[in-house]
Amino acid sequence: MNVQNLNAFDPFADEGDPLDNAQDVGSQQNYIHVRIQQRNGRKTLTTLQGLPKEYDAKKLLKAFKKEFACNGTLVDDEEAGQVIQLQGDQRQKISAFLVEEGIPKTTIKIHGF
Amino acid sequence: MSEEPLFDPSLKKRKSKKVAFSEDPLGADADPTSPSPAIIEDTTTSGDAVDMGPKTVHEQMKQNGVGEEEGEKKEDEDFKAMFGDLKKKKKKKDIPLDLGDEGSGTSTPTTAPAATEDLDFSDLKKKKKSSKKKAAFDMEAFEKEINESKAKEADDEEVPEGPVEEVDEAELGEDPFAQSGPVGLDSGNEPWLKSDRDYTYQELLHRFYAQLHAANPALLTSAGKRYTIAPPQILREGNKKTIFANIAEICKRMHRQPEHVIQYMFAEMGTTGSVDGSGRLVIKGRFQQKQIEHVLRRYITEYVTCKTCKSPDTLLTKENRIFFMSCESCGSRRSVNAIKTGFQAQVGKRSKNKTG
Repeated sequence: MNVQNLNAFDPFADEGDPLDNAQDVGSQQNYIHVRIQQRNGRKTLTTLQGLPKEYDAKKLLKAFKKEFACNGTLVDDEEAGQVIQLQGDQRQKISAFLVEEGIPKTTIKIHGF
Repeated sequence: MSEEPLFDPSLKKRKSKKVAFSEDPLGADADPTSPSPAIIEDTTTSGDAVDMGPKTVHEQMKQNGVGEEEGEKKEDEDFKAMFGDLKKKKKKKDIPLDLGDEGSGTSTPTTAPAATEDLDFSDLKKKKKSSKKKAAFDMEAFEKEINESKAKEADDEEVPEGPVEEVDEAELGEDPFAQSGPVGLDSGNEPWLKSDRDYTYQELLHRFYAQLHAANPALLTSAGKRYTIAPPQILREGNKKTIFANIAEICKRMHRQPEHVIQYMFAEMGTTGSVDGSGRLVIKGRFQQKQIEHVLRRYITEYVTCKTCKSPDTLLTKENRIFFMSCESCGSRRSVNAIKTGFQAQVGKRSKNKTG
């Protein structure tokens, strides 16, 4: 007497926390986050985080710098990965630039005030 | 430049603004540094409209009912509605989260038919009644033609329904969607009722709403309740800190934990801060009321208003480390994004590495 169907899965077993290792629940992983940070005075810093792998951050940074006439760097963050930092509030310009390059607008999330 | 407002190059251009939350799918790219528009859209700054759920014909009716009916008077009415209790300081006294009454000027083309329809069913109701019989006769006269070809539906719109309908007729003439269905007709009068062809969804939908509103006239009028919260009171503490004085009141109004709101604000603004003894929020950095307001609006659209029915009457509960928002009025339940602080660049001296 061996019914394989029945002993394969115990529906009442304690599964533990179903969301225990689900990192991407409610995560914002697929978004490109564009943030702004205040510096001293009326200076600001724009950060771009979550660029998809297929884009070369270095080249993008170069294009940004040329297009927006601002300086910027590439920062490696252990959590966020490569982050592009630009001087000044370039959020709308970044968004416009990326959309023009064919990145869907829905994946770009602009934060800040 | 101690009291000089920062991050706002366009401050001079600031016009007397009516701060009304309106669920506006258009007008996306709200640049936060530009003067905040008269109507703040329900979009994130990235321009993607926050999905507040589909716009129903009912909503269209409501919005256009308010928008078109009142026409010129709208502004005043708005002011009354918004500032009825706060006559002294008219400007920027309330932030109404306007759920029903959307900026009719920016309405999408699809709302156009509803607009005309709305005129029929709300303010022109009485006049319409008189013209209705006439219209019915005309309809019968046209019945054969309609059966012959659907293309003649356009003719329905041009049926002279009586002199009182002239306004409507004019609008229908411009209306790109006029052919989509006999929108200007009341229930029971639709010419397609007697025809053999399959009814389109639009026609049936309009018929449904026409009958609904005919049976319950209160639906259109009672919908004008707005969700208002007091505007954030922003003070400057010293040179580098901003005090958000009435955050407790606002949180109470939104039925949200202040911690959640504060967490969101700090994550969004990329800063830190603390709550002082009297419950005020001290934010590092210089922020203007407009900017705080903008962040609050985004908080409301993301964490307060129900995405399905747009009601602000929601509860936020945490289960399994995930926040769920359940709507009190429509019963929908959905998870909301966790608040996540992103990458924080190094600003200021590295020695006092507090803000990260």
